[in-house]
Amino acid sequence: MGHLPNPVLDPTEDKTMILNMGPQHPSTHGVLRLLLEIDGETIVRMMPDIGFLHTGIEKTCEAKFYQQVVPLTDRIDYLCPMVNNLCYVMAVEKLLGLEIPPRAQWMRVMLAELQRISSHLVWLGTHAMDIGAMSVFLYCFREREDLLRIYEMVSGQRMMTSYFRIGGLALDPPLGFFEKVKKFLDVFPEKVDEYENLLTGNRIFIDRLKGVAKISAEDGLAIGLTGPSLRASGVDFDLRRDMPYCGYENFKFKVPVANDGDVWARYVCRVEELRQSREIAKQALEGMPSGPTKAEAPKVVLPDREKMKTQMEALIYHFKIVTEGFTVPEGEVYQAIESPRGEMGYYIVSDGTAKPLRVHMRSPSYANLQALPQMCEGRLIADVVAAIGSIDIVLGEIDR
Amino acid sequence: MPLTPAITDLEQLKDHAIVADLLAWNAEAVQSARFDRDELTIYIARESIREACDRLKAQGLADFLSDLTCADFYPREPRFEMAYHLLSMKRKERVRLKVVLGGDDATVESITPMWPSANFFEREVFDLFGIRFLGHPYLRRIMMPEDWEGHPLRKDYPVEGYR
Repeated sequence: MGHLPNPVLDPTEDKTMILNMGPQHPSTHGVLRLLLEIDGETIVRMMPDIGFLHTGIEKTCEAKFYQQVVPLTDRIDYLCPMVNNLCYVMAVEKLLGLEIPPRAQWMRVMLAELQRISSHLVWLGTHAMDIGAMSVFLYCFREREDLLRIYEMVSGQRMMTSYFRIGGLALDPPLGFFEKVKKFLDVFPEKVDEYENLLTGNRIFIDRLKGVAKISAEDGLAIGLTGPSLRASGVDFDLRRDMPYCGYENFKFKVPVANDGDVWARYVCRVEELRQSREIAKQALEGMPSGPTKAEAPKVVLPDREKMKTQMEALIYHFKIVTEGFTVPEGEVYQAIESPRGEMGYYIVSDGTAKPLRVHMRSPSYANLQALPQMCEGRLIADVVAAIGSIDIVLGEIDR
Repeated sequence: MPLTPAITDLEQLKDHAIVADLLAWNAEAVQSARFDRDELTIYIARESIREACDRLKAQGLADFLSDLTCADFYPREPRFEMAYHLLSMKRKERVRLKVVLGGDDATVESITPMWPSANFFEREVFDLFGIRFLGHPYLRRIMMPEDWEGHPLRKDYPVEGYR
């Protein structure tokens, strides 16, 4: 990363030059630095340079109790913290062999889909703004604000929610929560129509996106693309449908697939995902089971406040979990889920103590970024901006 | 789901398609296998990891490299365990290949030539664990500054860093 003693790319011929793009560049969506070797305005070679946001989260995780890692996972992908929470807690639950009550599972699915919507809204707004369509950004953030209020209502936080806990949820949803979600879901399809009115038929937008930054299905698979970026190249694979987790097998939804593999196809796929996520969230809301939101596992799950005040045992368990954590049987798991950007995976190794021996996050943006040079080489500098927007990277997740 | 004891006997896992295929290909390369928490782990001899990946890819048993990482079991020796998470989108199945590496000779063949997606993952492991990948096209630090000393994710590297 950073301060390279000598240039990474050497000009192969006299006529090319090296252009440095980022890390302070509004359309690199964070602190991404791109080294471009250009011939006139055409990119001959490109090399991403990352690590500016490296905080060593994986190392920090090894020094924390299992339950203390949950807030750290929020900070990896700050556009969909609950999806990261979900992946982590599911991995630990798998290690523990813990069964989660249905209400907690359905809540998780509903909130994960709302997070997908809010993450895609940020993508849509910033992507359109990169291309030059300013007003879409304002519309998208208007709806995102509603969603942030919903997260605040349920977890007390707008962004770093830490709402999913090992063994269930942090709290029961408050009164009036489901009505608020319902209200949002009822009006949301109209809002998507509104965005599409602004963009889908827009000549300038189409011209900037169609045929740009193409990648074929074979290349995409080889380079590690996942999620909507891969589905836009014609690979019909979605972990939610094909390897269901967290009760996704109970929901009916379509997986949008396109064949062109260009920026436009990725745009079409994601916009359709907005609608499909709303469908899933609506089904989860309508079929929300009643019952507890925490698993029956006193050594792992913090007891209710009421029990703590009246029962000695609950108080002891609470004290034990908070001060010593809980031990996790030896073993290793790899839990993958479909994040808004692709395959999010947690690889956790336990040595039988209260702290993980190793936590590795397979972040979708990290792998997707590798595809960027292939997409951009041979194209113009202006197309780089469109390509970066289309793979929807989050630098917090790349650098960790 | 409640935990069931792990199956660690290679004989019992013989019927699994991936284990069977690898045994048929090169029984010496397969050191051991474990089926635990619905996940299959196969320990492969260090020299054979690239060919094993090649084989699974050619046989259509894995078509995607999900993840590649490492774990440090210091002070145990051999201390490093590389983990390759392969996915078959067709069969909807995952498998984890593992390679054990000693601390004094932490080198393994790179799989970047056959799976370009391994490029960044291997650079990350090189940067944070100090494991060398033979045949990697561009093995340089990716997260830490170029002139950084030490490999932060090793267990003998303090969490707060050296001060």
